[in-house]
Amino acid sequence: MIAPAIRTEGLTKRFRSGQVAVDGIDLVVPRGAVYGFLGPNGSGKTTTIRMLLGLVRPTAGAAWLLDEQMPKAGGSVLPRVGALVEGPAFHPYLSGRANLVRLDSCDSTADPKTSRSRIDTSLDRVGLTAAAAKPYRQYSLGMKQRLGLAAALLRPRELLVLDEPTNGLDPQGTREVRHLIRELSAEGTTVLVSSHLLSEIEQVCTHIGIMGRGKLLAQAERQSLIADDDIRIVVTTTPDHVSDAAAVLTSLGLDATVDSVELQAQLGDTPPERVSAALVHAGVDLVGLDVRRRSLEQLFVELTGEGFDVAR
Amino acid sequence: MSHARGSFGRQLRSDLRILFGRPRTIALLAGLAAVPLLLAIVLFVAQNSGMAGQGPGFIGRVTGNGLFLVIASLFLCLPFLLPLTIGITAGDALAGEAQTGTLRYLLTLPVSRTRLLASKALTSLAFAVAAVFLIATVALASGGAFFGLTDMTLLSGSTVGLGSGMARMFGVAAYVALSLTGLVAVGLFFSTLTEVPVGAMAGTTIVAVVSSVLDTLPQLAAIHPYLLTHHWFDFAEFLRIEVNWSVLSSGMIVQLGWVAIFATLAWGRFTTADVTS
Repeated sequence: MIAPAIRTEGLTKRFRSGQVAVDGIDLVVPRGAVYGFLGPNGSGKTTTIRMLLGLVRPTAGAAWLLDEQMPKAGGSVLPRVGALVEGPAFHPYLSGRANLVRLDSCDSTADPKTSRSRIDTSLDRVGLTAAAAKPYRQYSLGMKQRLGLAAALLRPRELLVLDEPTNGLDPQGTREVRHLIRELSAEGTTVLVSSHLLSEIEQVCTHIGIMGRGKLLAQAERQSLIADDDIRIVVTTTPDHVSDAAAVLTSLGLDATVDSVELQAQLGDTPPERVSAALVHAGVDLVGLDVRRRSLEQLFVELTGEGFDVAR
Repeated sequence: MSHARGSFGRQLRSDLRILFGRPRTIALLAGLAAVPLLLAIVLFVAQNSGMAGQGPGFIGRVTGNGLFLVIASLFLCLPFLLPLTIGITAGDALAGEAQTGTLRYLLTLPVSRTRLLASKALTSLAFAVAAVFLIATVALASGGAFFGLTDMTLLSGSTVGLGSGMARMFGVAAYVALSLTGLVAVGLFFSTLTEVPVGAMAGTTIVAVVSSVLDTLPQLAAIHPYLLTHHWFDFAEFLRIEVNWSVLSSGMIVQLGWVAIFATLAWGRFTTADVTS
């Protein structure tokens, strides 16, 4: 089995103030995954990412990037990892290009000979070539975010850690970031992408981890998280047929709740087509039949308990 | 080693470009360079008035020989202007990167923290050297232009040739620059403590000022020889016919001590600190 791109065991950070920002999380990001790291603001996502990248020392537990332990293997692992942490940050009076030159000059493992072409390629990739000569301080929030992505893409990476890459982007920009993530993933790059806005990244993720108050509340493949076994069938009928319909559902072993002309039941393993066939067979007037899966958003709200509000 | 491709020199050049390409640095250097020029103008205008020849130190001698403008200018800048500008640059070295957030991106490149600290230390030191030699050079040029450069009369009254005088002025500038290394180390240490550059800048400048104040209290005579600023003005040694190198080297040893202590503190702090900026 190939080792995961990111793995943590009991990763914990207690700040000197006593606040436990990250509380014993066991993260597993398989190679090739696009891992959506979700949670409300203040739930510990950024502190986790900082520990993964060796910026913050864990109080307890351990983290492995590309199968090497952080932070001690940082020198050999981080060149293979591109990162965007808590928003872009560059020297305001330097141009976008000069900022990338600055970063590449400081990267002891980057080849100076290819510097120029790599910078051009990454600027082009994020659509910033035209604005490359402008000073960073004149950039819009969206352009700053793009430059941050360009910096993360200065070299081919095995793993990208993108903390809130869509922050401050308009819907068009958000779409472009999603497109970029898909593209990179198709090239074989593993991506960890964090967001407090579920809907912005949900669609591109193969795996989801949900943080709340420092704990990893759920972690699984996206499909299994959404599907779960929580599929409900909603039958709408006429007032005369409510009791007949309830009897049919009961005969199928379903536990139905009735709300005027609407009946709801947990489907379990029963295929929905069996329910519809049985209802028709029993002569029940079907006004509507709906199969509802629990949405990721519902799950998110249930798990974090506070929806998209800022955690305490 | 896997780190062979990009050299430390490449990083150092980048740090130097960042510092010396910055408008603020250029403004600071321009301000320092203005001191000898303004001093020359003032002395030139006042040389035939009743106030000629007055003032501290070597200022009275400038009108007779432009070489003395080097000493007079450094004498004026050393108590406050040089510590202030060095406080600004050294204090900003890491705290400034932390404040703009660029520190986290440097560290995740990755740049090893020791290497980054070393590069920033050399860059801050380069500013101190550049500042001192800029003052000296502008002083030499404007001293020559306004008053001419001639053989130098030393403290004892004996005279040495222009070549020896120039060499002695170079010695003064070199001693002053090296005298500032301790302060650079202090500034760098403060810079590792905070994400607020102004705090580190003020702290560094205050250390120099407090040291000068303590140096004037006779009750503290026992600690005077170890103070950061105590030996700063020993550059006058270069105006003796026989330069007493042991006086100069004791000043350097004190600086070395301050550098050793504060570089170690800075390294200990920076290599273990959580970067949350």
